[in-house]
Amino acid sequence: MTDTPILQVNGVTKTFGGIIALNNVSFEVNEGEILGIIGPNGSGKTTVVNCITGFVKASAGKVRFRGKDITTMPPHKIADMGVLRTFQIMRPYFSLPAYKNLVIPLCSPRARRTGGWRGGGKLGDRNTVSIDILEEIGFERDSYVPYKTTSSLPTGYLKRLELARCLALKPDLILCDEVFSGLSMSEIASMVPLIERLQMDGITLIMIEHRLRELFQVANRVMVLNFGEKLVEGSAEKVMADARVREAYFGSEVAEEVMNHA
Amino acid sequence: MKIGTRHRRQERIDRGIKVRTDGLYALMSWRELSYLVAPRLLLIGGLLLLPLVVPGMYWQRVISIVCIYALLALSFDFLAHYVGLVSLGGAFFVGVGGYLTALLNTELGASPLVAIPTAAILGGVISTILLLPCLPLRGVYFAIVTLMYPLFLARVIEALNILGGTDGIMGIDSFPYVWLEQYGIIIMLLLILFGLRRLVNTDLGLVMRAVKDNDQAVKASGMNITHYKALAVFIASSVGCLAGAYLVHTYMWAGISIFALDFSILPIAATVIGGGGTLVGPVLGCLILVPISELLRDFGTLRIVFYSLILLGFIVFRSEGLMIYGQRKYHQFERWTDI
Repeated sequence: MTDTPILQVNGVTKTFGGIIALNNVSFEVNEGEILGIIGPNGSGKTTVVNCITGFVKASAGKVRFRGKDITTMPPHKIADMGVLRTFQIMRPYFSLPAYKNLVIPLCSPRARRTGGWRGGGKLGDRNTVSIDILEEIGFERDSYVPYKTTSSLPTGYLKRLELARCLALKPDLILCDEVFSGLSMSEIASMVPLIERLQMDGITLIMIEHRLRELFQVANRVMVLNFGEKLVEGSAEKVMADARVREAYFGSEVAEEVMNHA
Repeated sequence: MKIGTRHRRQERIDRGIKVRTDGLYALMSWRELSYLVAPRLLLIGGLLLLPLVVPGMYWQRVISIVCIYALLALSFDFLAHYVGLVSLGGAFFVGVGGYLTALLNTELGASPLVAIPTAAILGGVISTILLLPCLPLRGVYFAIVTLMYPLFLARVIEALNILGGTDGIMGIDSFPYVWLEQYGIIIMLLLILFGLRRLVNTDLGLVMRAVKDNDQAVKASGMNITHYKALAVFIASSVGCLAGAYLVHTYMWAGISIFALDFSILPIAATVIGGGGTLVGPVLGCLILVPISELLRDFGTLRIVFYSLILLGFIVFRSEGLMIYGQRKYHQFERWTDI
C-alpha cells in the first residue's frame, strides 16, 4: 500500500441547470479500504459515482485516480484504468444468456491486457472464463441459472451480475451503487461475505447504500451527503452520533426528540 | 381461452428433434442431420438453381436485382437488429459504391472484377467516415443523416455538374461472362448472408448486440462504443456499396437515379415481411417483393396500390415476419391443454 490515496475528489461541483446536485464535495479513498456513502434520497450519491466514472462531467473540481486527473476523461477510458461501477438500476444485456453478459466485458481492452482471464484466443475461452467468474460471485456452475436468459433472472442475480461485470475487468476500484437495494434479507446476508472477499483481494470499494446495518459491517469509513453537500465523514459510530446526520435522516423535529430521549 | 365448460390454453413445445439436434449428437443419424441441413440446402440450392429455371433473360436479370436488394436488406437488418442503428441509407451506400466503381472503371480502366471489390471496401471507408459524427449519439440522428446524404449528394452532382452531371457516367464495362454476372452476385449474397450469421454469434458480434441492448453498460466495461459502431457501419456499408457497384456494372451506367430512395425503402419493407433479426428473412422478403413489383408492372400506375395492399396484408396478418413464423413452425409444435 502506498501513502497517496487511490482516489482524490477535490471540490467537485455539479449543476443541472439551476439545480446544484453536488456542491464542493471533497474526499479521499485509500487503497484497499471500503468507503460507504450514505444520505437521504436526492442527496447526490449517484451523482458522485457518475462524476467519478465520467458518465456526467463535473462542473467544477477535480477527480484524481492514482494521482492522474480523470475529471474530463470519457467513461470507457476511466473504466479502462480500473475504475469500475455498478448501476443502481441494473443494466444487464437482457436478451443474452447470463454468462454471455460477461463475454462482453472480457472483450474489452483492459480484460485482454490484464490477461489473467485469458481473454483472447479461440472461441469458447471467454465462455469458460465467464462461468468461472459467475461461480465466484454466487451463480452455481452446475445449475441451469448461468445459462438462463438474463431477462428471466431475479433481482438478486442481476445485482450479482453487475458486480461480475466489474470483476471481469480486474478492477482496482469498484463504485457500488446500491448493490443491496431490492434484495431480501437472506440475499443481503449472502452478499456481505462477497464484499468482504473483494476487499481481501485488494480491491478498493466505494459503496452507496441505504442498508446501513450491513454497510457498517463492511465499511471502514462512512461519508454522509445531504443536498449535495458533504455533512460529515468518519467511522460509523461517529457519523451516526452526529446531530446533523440525524437531522438529515429524520427531519429536524424528530432529530431533536431523538436527541432528547438519548 | 374457454371452450365449452373447459378452460384450455395453447402451449408451444420444442420438437424432440430440435432439442436433440442442439447438441453434437446431430451427427448420429441422417434424419437429425437433414433436419439441420435441409433448410439451409433449400436456400442455397434454390438460389443457385433459380437462374436455370426462370424463363428468359428478363427474369434472370430480375434475379440479379433481387440479390442486389437482398444485400441492402441484409445490411439494414444487421445494423438495425444487431447494432441498434436504424439506417435509411440504402440509397447512400448504392450511390457511393456505384459512383466509385464507375470512376474506377472509366477513369482508371479497372476491370469490373477489380473495381467492384475495391469500390465496396473504399465505399465502406468513405461511408463510415461520413457517418462518423452521428455515431456517438443515440436516437434518430443516424436514421436522419443516412436519409439526408443521398439527397444531398444527388443535388451536389446535379448542381456542380461533376461526375457526368445529370447524364451520369456512361460506357461502363459489363462483366466478361454472362454466367459470371448471374452467379457472382448469388454466391456473393450467400457468402455474406452466412458470414454475417456467423459474425453475430462470435464474441465481436456479441459486443455489437450488447451495444444495441445497453450501450451504457458497454461503456462501463471500458469499451469505446463508437469504435464498435463504426466497425459495424463499415461492414454494413461495404455490403451496401458492393450491391451498388454490382448494379452499376449490370446496367453499365451510373447516374443520380442510383441515389433513389427505392434502395432505402424496399429493403426495409423486405425486412418487415421476412422477419427482422433473422438475416435470412430479409433475403426471403426480397425474393417475394422484387418479383411482385415486376409482375405488377402490367398494371401501370395502379402498381403501387396493389403493392401497398400486399405489404399491408403482410403487416396485418404476419407482422412478426415470415421467417420467424416459419422457424417457430419448424422447431415447435402447438397443442391445446386443459388448465
